[in-house]
Amino acid sequence: MREVAVVGIGITNFGYLWEKSWRDLAVESSLEAIKSSGVSKVDSIYVGNFSGGTFVEQEHMAAILADYLGLLHIPSTRIENACASGGVAFRHAYMEVASGMSDAVLVTGVEKMTDVVTSQGVYSLSMAADREYEGYEGITFPGLFALVARKYMNDFGATRKQLAAVAVKNHKNASKNPKAQFHNIITIDDVINAMVIADPLGLYDCSPMTDGAASVVLMPLDKARQLSNAAKPIKIAGIAQATDTIALAQRDDFVTFKATTEAAQKAYKMANKSPQDINVAEVHDCFTIAEICAIEDLGFFEKGKGAKATEDGLTEIDGKIPINPSGGLKGKGHPVGATGVAQIVNLVEQLRGEAKELQVKNAKVGLAHNLGGSGATVTVTILEVV
Amino acid sequence: MLTIPRNWREKPQRYLFKGGKCKDCGYTMYPTRKVCPKCHSENIEIVDLPRDGTILTYTIVYSAPEGYEDFAPYAVAIVEMTNGARLMLQIVDTDFNDIKIGKKVEVVFRRLFVEGKAGIIIYGPKARVID
Repeated sequence: MREVAVVGIGITNFGYLWEKSWRDLAVESSLEAIKSSGVSKVDSIYVGNFSGGTFVEQEHMAAILADYLGLLHIPSTRIENACASGGVAFRHAYMEVASGMSDAVLVTGVEKMTDVVTSQGVYSLSMAADREYEGYEGITFPGLFALVARKYMNDFGATRKQLAAVAVKNHKNASKNPKAQFHNIITIDDVINAMVIADPLGLYDCSPMTDGAASVVLMPLDKARQLSNAAKPIKIAGIAQATDTIALAQRDDFVTFKATTEAAQKAYKMANKSPQDINVAEVHDCFTIAEICAIEDLGFFEKGKGAKATEDGLTEIDGKIPINPSGGLKGKGHPVGATGVAQIVNLVEQLRGEAKELQVKNAKVGLAHNLGGSGATVTVTILEVV
Repeated sequence: MLTIPRNWREKPQRYLFKGGKCKDCGYTMYPTRKVCPKCHSENIEIVDLPRDGTILTYTIVYSAPEGYEDFAPYAVAIVEMTNGARLMLQIVDTDFNDIKIGKKVEVVFRRLFVEGKAGIIIYGPKARVID
């Protein structure tokens, strides 16, 4: 297996982008990634997308992207793994380069979610759960994570204020991210007093509906170093994917995401790193409780201590382990299929020292955690400055 | 989207509340499966699930998906039946204040979903608090 590096990145604005189609967004981020990489040709494309069929009545998106990039005849493949579609697409691109099959692979994650009304969007998202045995009970994604939150608060005595601290931090970070959906600062009281979506979670505990796309170009590390106009290559030091039960009810433990612990363990081993070696992480905060569980399952904090740690500021940009300096899914926005790729883009900016106001000092090793459904699919990727 | 054959296929679990039990390790599951997720045995028997269980966690859904707006707000819980099977059920006939982790419930047969004005009415299991 060859060592693989990220050599180009591209990302669109995230938000309600009425003026842009999914096609416009995917082409925009793809061109930015290809141009910034300096590669003269792309050998293969992976598209991470969750539900083009229900959001924009379009399947077969990978062919459209290749067509509209003028890259006809190369393989182009769409990957669907719910909210982890981007992370899984990235892993497939990694494998294609590592194996020697291709020398330059484009990964684009994209989702266009705002052409449908909210109840339709909620319905589309609910398809990432078990349709027959969760969906028909009327459970929603906020509902699934509310079940986790209720159990977590019950077991560890965590408070609504502690959960709210995740949203407050991520909005604060997003306010300094020009590409983010939200630039408004919010308070603990705003979060606690917001409209209830699925008790105990309110509006500000939930990531929004978002349009957006993000892209990266991968190359073998040795060839990336020879690129004359390439930005500093960032090595993929560890990458892993794991699976858990589709239905939340079927798990022995509702507050530990086994797919996260399994994928993390494998990615740490591959990278020869431990949680203490990570300088910055982008984790899947689709809901406030999801960030708290993630920072525990990734080994940054003991189980049950993540909520207090967040309240104490340990996950701020200047904290013990900066979590979601980009604003995360909560503040930056969550265009489902794009999220896993956007996390990689944000980490590459951090590791190149180009994150401006959001820069974590001395960031040399970064971790991305992308979770699909209520945790049935997880990818963990560790990136390193070389 | 809901079609008559699709619902008809779900008859054992949705209308008769059947589950599966692994004859090798004893694990019980809802719905039944071909392969035991715990020991990988294919030696599974169809069993009637008990009607009594305990709430492990719950939520009240206020923002409902398409087709469920008229039910909102409604309670959904993860329930462990007395034989260990875990499943998701709406909690009905119960004041929201009486829904708590650890409360005992019994399964009841209720309307799950109405397929538009001309479609079929889907029934299935829900639960109510009994203590």
